[in-house]
Amino acid sequence: MVAYTIRRLLTAIPLLLLGISLTFFIIHMAPGDPTDRFISPSMSPNIKESITKKFGLDQPLYWQYTSWLKNVVIDFDFGKSFANGRQVSEIISDAMPPTLLLSSLSLIFGLVLGTVEGVYSAFKAGSRTDKIITSLLLFFYSVPAFWLGLILLGIFAIGLNWLPASQINSIFHDQLGFFGKIGDYFTHLLLPVFTLGITTAPVFGRFVRSNMIEVLNSDFIISARARGLSERKVIFVYGFRNALLPVISLIGNSIPALFSGAVVIEVIYSLPGMGRVMVNAALGRDYPMIMAAGTVAFVSVIIGNLLADLGYAAADPRVRLDGD
Amino acid sequence: MGKIKIILKALWNNSSGRIGLVIVGAFSIISLGAPLFSPFDPSAQNLSMSVRPPSFSHLLGTDLFGRDLLSRLIYGARVSMGIGISAAFIAVLFGTLVGLTTGFLKGWTDKILMRSVDILLGFPKLFIVLLAVGLGTPSIWLTVAVLGALSWMEVARIVRGEVILVREMNYVKAATALGLKSSAIIFRYILPNVISTIIVSTTLLIGTMILVEATLSFLGLGVQPPDASWGTIMNQGRADPLGAWWISTFAGLSIIITLIGFNLLGDGLRDILDPRRKTT
Repeated sequence: MVAYTIRRLLTAIPLLLLGISLTFFIIHMAPGDPTDRFISPSMSPNIKESITKKFGLDQPLYWQYTSWLKNVVIDFDFGKSFANGRQVSEIISDAMPPTLLLSSLSLIFGLVLGTVEGVYSAFKAGSRTDKIITSLLLFFYSVPAFWLGLILLGIFAIGLNWLPASQINSIFHDQLGFFGKIGDYFTHLLLPVFTLGITTAPVFGRFVRSNMIEVLNSDFIISARARGLSERKVIFVYGFRNALLPVISLIGNSIPALFSGAVVIEVIYSLPGMGRVMVNAALGRDYPMIMAAGTVAFVSVIIGNLLADLGYAAADPRVRLDGD
Repeated sequence: MGKIKIILKALWNNSSGRIGLVIVGAFSIISLGAPLFSPFDPSAQNLSMSVRPPSFSHLLGTDLFGRDLLSRLIYGARVSMGIGISAAFIAVLFGTLVGLTTGFLKGWTDKILMRSVDILLGFPKLFIVLLAVGLGTPSIWLTVAVLGALSWMEVARIVRGEVILVREMNYVKAATALGLKSSAIIFRYILPNVISTIIVSTTLLIGTMILVEATLSFLGLGVQPPDASWGTIMNQGRADPLGAWWISTFAGLSIIITLIGFNLLGDGLRDILDPRRKTT
């Protein structure tokens, strides 16, 4: 398993390099100029020239590329944002925690809820409870997360004023004690996590249900029962292992979607996360920010795919022996 | 025509299929006949009627410019469903071509194409969309192109998997032995046997595309005013989610009902056409 993981990690490096290099050349070769937003027609051309020079855009493209790559690989230095001159790595490290917190809490909530629903529904397959759960799963599978977020924001934050409508903590956060701080995060994240989690749950619920039904009807479960094993052992040792291991792969596959979902939810609840950073970077032609956001995005997909592959390998040992 | 009639009949006898068929059918009719069904001109502004809640004259209320929300949603169905169907169609067409080619031709072509598909699947979609929108100008066409370009890979994988199964069937081997051209084998013997999988994934993909388009337009990165999809309309209701609750609520409900429709239709079609992967 370790050898397999290392091999998969090594094959991810060329992919990362390819993706980031493509991004670099595409943004630099696309029509338009990042200096435009700092220039008005009344300014002297010298100013444009000096800004171009300051950003290093006067250098040949291959030179800009190699020096960017060198700085990132050797010094982990992503340069400074064109928009505000702050260190890009600093901006990213400020924006990552809210996004990671939101997406991981939502994943846990959605995963637990979906798995419980799916397993329960599978055991009661065909019953009224099963039909209700299946319909609920279909409904929340079809609900746009941003719509639910907006409705909940309108009701609980703006209408009833029970929960905060924006930011990840209060202005007086620093004066709170340890539990006060956790409570403060909790009230700010309750609606965003609920929204993203409940719309993620059906992805797992539908998958777990059909998997569980298939496993419960499979020969090895029947033979385990026939051998007189206790029902508990049949379900927990044989049933769950086979039905739930593939869920690891699904978690991996849903990481990019979760990340995108978090970005949208952040915009609705005005959370200071990667969402705002990515949208501003792309729309503002902030090359260093785009490159850093792209790196984060590529790495997150790679991690997701790796997790998915490891899930397959855990569920089916034949995968590990495959030359690929 | 006979086959379609049989499928429709089978769908009608399938519980998910019937609901899906009714919803998708109703929304298709509404969007095709938009001028007939909308009570008002969707772009007629009436500032004296700005932001009014649902009433008898405006069943679903009005927006900031006093435009009738029901009429805007009916015309929005055209844009949302149009984009969803076109993007899914592009993805399926391209994905099917690649899937058929790689599945049928073994060896290097297969290896190179599938490796490219794997690489493209490793690209972060949201980031690519943001990049496309940031470097280009957001519009209906860009949205369709980006959505189509980012979704064909999954279709290619599914089709390839099916083709590999069919390729080993005796009737295909017989056709090869008889010396038929590859193109004839692919279109006469392989395609008809993978078409049901393609139909099912198209239906489900349309739903996904509608959802993604709505998300993009909601963020202001997709369809731009004066064009309006359901996502664009929701974006306009975003400023005041409580005071003008009807705008985003009804736009969102349109999306949800349509999505449920396509998902049920897809599930129903799978039950009928692809018994191996029956949902229950």
